Amino acid sequence: MYASNFNYLRAGTLAEASALLQKNPGAKVLAGGHSLIPLMKLRLASPTVVIDIGRVPELRGISLSGGALTIGALTTHAELAASAAVQDAAQALSEAAGHVGDPAVRNRGTIGGNVAHADPASDLPAVLTALGATFHITGPGGRRSVQASDFFKGMMNTAVGEHDILTTIEVPARAAGQGSAYAKFEHPASRYAVVGVAACVIVNGGTCVAASIVLCGLTSTPARAKSGEQALVGQALTRETIAAAAGKVGTDLGSDVLGDIFASAEYRAAVAPVYVRRAVEAAASRAR
Amino acid sequence: MSSRIFGSGIRRREDPRLITGAATYTDDLTMPGMLHAVMLRSPHAYAKITRIDTSRARQAPGVIASYTGADVNLNAMPCAWLPPNSSLKIAKYPTVAVDTVRYVGDIVAVVVAETPEQGYDALELIDVEYRPLNASLDPQKSCAPGAPQLHEDVPSNLAFQWTVSGGDVDAAFKNADVVVKERIVQQRLIPNAMEPRAALAKWAGASGELTLWNTTQNPHILRYLTSVVTGIAEDKLRVIAPEVGGGFGCKIPAYPGEFLAIFASRKLNRPVKWTETRSENYQATTHGRDHVQEVELAATKDGTILGIRARSWSAMGAYLSTAAPGIPTILHGLMLSGVYNVPAIKEDVYGVYTNATPVEAYRGAGRPEATFIIERMVDKLAAELTMDPVAVRQKNLIPKFENGHSVATGLTYDSGDYPGILKKLLDHVNYEALRKEQAAARTAGKIMGIGVGTYVEICGLGPSQVASAVGFQGGLWESAIVRVHPTGKVNVFIGASPHGQGEETTFAQLVAAEIGVAVDDVKVVHGDTETTPMGWGTYGSRTTAVGGAALVLATRKVKEKAKLLAAHLLEAAVEDMDYDDGKFFVKGSPDKAKTIQDIALMANLSWNMPPGMEGGLEASMFYDPPNFTYPFGAHLAVVEIDGDTGDVTLKRYVAIDDCGPQINPIIVEGQVHGGVVQGIGQALWEEAVYDANGQLVTGSMLDYALPRADRLPNIEVLSTVTPSPHHPLGLKGIGEAGTIASTATVYNAVMDALAPMGVKTLRMPFTPERVWRAIHAGGKSGGN
Ligand SMILES: Cc1cc2nc3c(=O)[nH]c(=O)nc-3n(C[C@H](O)[C@H](O)[C@H](O)COP(=O)(O)OP(=O)(O)OC[C@H]3O[C@@H](n4cnc5c(N)ncnc54)[C@H](O)[C@@H]3O)c2cc1C
Repeated sequence: MYASNFNYLRAGTLAEASALLQKNPGAKVLAGGHSLIPLMKLRLASPTVVIDIGRVPELRGISLSGGALTIGALTTHAELAASAAVQDAAQALSEAAGHVGDPAVRNRGTIGGNVAHADPASDLPAVLTALGATFHITGPGGRRSVQASDFFKGMMNTAVGEHDILTTIEVPARAAGQGSAYAKFEHPASRYAVVGVAACVIVNGGTCVAASIVLCGLTSTPARAKSGEQALVGQALTRETIAAAAGKVGTDLGSDVLGDIFASAEYRAAVAPVYVRRAVEAAASRAR
Repeated sequence: MSSRIFGSGIRRREDPRLITGAATYTDDLTMPGMLHAVMLRSPHAYAKITRIDTSRARQAPGVIASYTGADVNLNAMPCAWLPPNSSLKIAKYPTVAVDTVRYVGDIVAVVVAETPEQGYDALELIDVEYRPLNASLDPQKSCAPGAPQLHEDVPSNLAFQWTVSGGDVDAAFKNADVVVKERIVQQRLIPNAMEPRAALAKWAGASGELTLWNTTQNPHILRYLTSVVTGIAEDKLRVIAPEVGGGFGCKIPAYPGEFLAIFASRKLNRPVKWTETRSENYQATTHGRDHVQEVELAATKDGTILGIRARSWSAMGAYLSTAAPGIPTILHGLMLSGVYNVPAIKEDVYGVYTNATPVEAYRGAGRPEATFIIERMVDKLAAELTMDPVAVRQKNLIPKFENGHSVATGLTYDSGDYPGILKKLLDHVNYEALRKEQAAARTAGKIMGIGVGTYVEICGLGPSQVASAVGFQGGLWESAIVRVHPTGKVNVFIGASPHGQGEETTFAQLVAAEIGVAVDDVKVVHGDTETTPMGWGTYGSRTTAVGGAALVLATRKVKEKAKLLAAHLLEAAVEDMDYDDGKFFVKGSPDKAKTIQDIALMANLSWNMPPGMEGGLEASMFYDPPNFTYPFGAHLAVVEIDGDTGDVTLKRYVAIDDCGPQINPIIVEGQVHGGVVQGIGQALWEEAVYDANGQLVTGSMLDYALPRADRLPNIEVLSTVTPSPHHPLGLKGIGEAGTIASTATVYNAVMDALAPMGVKTLRMPFTPERVWRAIHAGGKSGGN
């Protein structure tokens, strides 16, 4: 399809992007365009103004300092997957980024666009929630920071307001004894997650001292598997303890599991524990 | 014939331009004053149009005109395959819907604007009121009492009813020890040519001539049909197929889009282009398959097949597309015997109108469905008798034959060695060892399956007399002109219309092999009705089998004339002449040879010709084959299934095909790869899903799962060579072989894997959820 008529503006700096957003009601920010443009072509979104932030320098780059990774919103999935720093400091993020869509999607799509769009089948929201990321936002009232747990508000609805720009995402670097992983059951056509599980564990002296397990593809926002996490803490991570913890995710998911013609809610809920098990096993094997 | 050139795997000359983006497709063409047509399409599967008003759209920026069904005075869309004795009822198929829309995607209005963007904006300003009606989607239910009727003059939505029968079927079932039954759903598929449909019409008002650039598999047929629909005389019509980005059958038919572009170009006296969007391609370019079949097979307890009885309900969609009725009938029913001795066959085929996109040929067209039936039933029989599926096959295979074997449906296969190719397959994979590996895998808790599929296909369509007998409203010969220029370079003009298959390369190889010119000195011209001789197009694996024969025979005429001229120039008798690799010489004196290039110069100069010989070095041939060709093969698939999720992984795929001698083995391999993968797509991933209201739920590539390279194993391609006795070079055709074999082969592998769980039948595609449910329900569910 063809998008309806719109004006295209390009911002050179963050300040300019912010100013343009506030001056143009109904405007949309354009990053990699891999979610926004399809919506516009299907005429499911018809912004009158599109503000391209693709060349804003402040939104680029990956850096590691003070025990945290700082990732510019414009960082592409391919850059994330190729970054040695990310691979070491946030294994699950590196792994998930490498499995987003296909090479074309990874070369254009950005981490900022991915989380701002907040598709329930997107990989990165679950991973960033599991890793305890903080989102830095610039808006009309200045700058603010939002924790992952408060960032994803609903299906395609986040803490990024109409006039806000997500600038950077901060991910705590891997602690001693920590390992993380992402296991994904991808849709054969779209490559989005039918079920995706991000797991992060910290193992100390053979015992799991902290665990986070977050699922995507099943619910409108990333779903934390609290009872699964609790079942791991205090345990040695063996096939048995992991399987037992995985078996608990059903209660965490509740009854709001999404379904479609490819995979029903019942089926998704049934295979979720399988992917929890795989993600936790991989995370445990990486814990060091 | 030079063996160096024939059979050598040279690189495809088509590829550099295709790979570097230098190819020119219809949508790449642009011309001064060109306008763009866009279509408003029905959002309802079945509805009455109670009001339509385009006045707001006509005021929109850039809009030049808009038309509704009331404005368009084109003739109805033609149906050109009329199976005899079938009570065929061709419902009126208007280019633009008049009072009623019958599928989501039916054209309701046309807007012509300066840019496509302006056109699409204007579509939103067309006011249409619909009164929705209940839609009918399932072919079996659509012809049952109480179903909504789509066309006033077609009771029970029955487009046709056709029967194939041979042998005494009732006796076969009376004498049977065992009867196995199956209900098969051949799900609806979307061809997904990479290039969507496009047309550019340029009316030259002053001369009354019209040129149509169109993405088609058969420009000559399209010219013929265009003259029928638009009334423009054929001699004033020129149809050009520029680069065509895949067809797979969906570019055989004519579509309303090209005729509406012509209509608008004539009205406005400006060039008008129409290019569909991918969403429109999904909705309104023809789909494939969509049959429900109830099949029974009768056999004795030692596994000897006695007969097949089947009924097939074939959805046609809302209207009959150009060749649609021939596919579930002639191209399907006649092939039910497969590679086996099946003494008695009867199938009743019901063609049924449904509120869905019209169907057409889709790679394999009718033959994958026939192969599926027989290959599935043979496996069922094996399971019933607890025999190895290979043993049942071996018991029933038609023995090797070199010149004609008749089957119960009335066809005469040309040549085949089915036991030989199956043996080659079994040896290649070490079948016994593979079964042992499977047993060990099962013991280790793995779910592994092995599937075998054999096939024979009817290709090289075909003798024109047979075309007439089966109701195909055209001839099926092909044509070629071979023109040798003064410098010895050759242009070949063919009536067929390759669109990715590689004949620009293989046909140059044919000419080079015949007359000893370099392959690079032969250019193959196709796809323009003004420059190429009449021909019936590229489909049904016929371009090489029929057009290649025309070309070889035309080239031989050139060679014959060259020899006469050489004899004259060498002052020798023709009987004393010899030829070797592009050189003509008197026997015993190869040093005083005239090369084909020498002769070409002398023939074109005509300074010194034998009495009565015409100038130039050129010949043409119209070749009508005496029979179809029947390529065949044996394939094997190994699958592994993740019991936790139902995910099927194809671990191994072996394709052994026999298309006769191979002009270019790399191209054969490429055709096999593509074909096999398309068939695997049907088994594992692809389905066009409509909801109960007739909305296409899988309307984009985000939902409709096409095969992807990373889910496929390396495909092992092998071959045997059994020449066709009636083709000048023994060639048979390879375009559809892979697709015809692979769906059934992979299906059988998955069912073999699931057999220990009691699963006996399952609907395609094998999505993880469907397989997972079958595993968990065991024998209790999973039915079609
Ligand atoms: C074929 C295909 C397959 C895909 N597969 C996957 C997959 O497997 N997993 C997955 O996770 N994703 C997948 N995606 C989505 C992909 O990751 C997108 O790139 C991503 O969702 C959006 O990023 P973008 O940079 O393209 O954003 P855009 O499309 O440019 O923007 C998306 C939305 O975010 C807003 N936005 C963008 N950047 C900012 C910012 N800095 N501040 C505020 N708002 C912003 C935009 O205004 C817009 O509303 C797929 C996409 C496609 C087309």
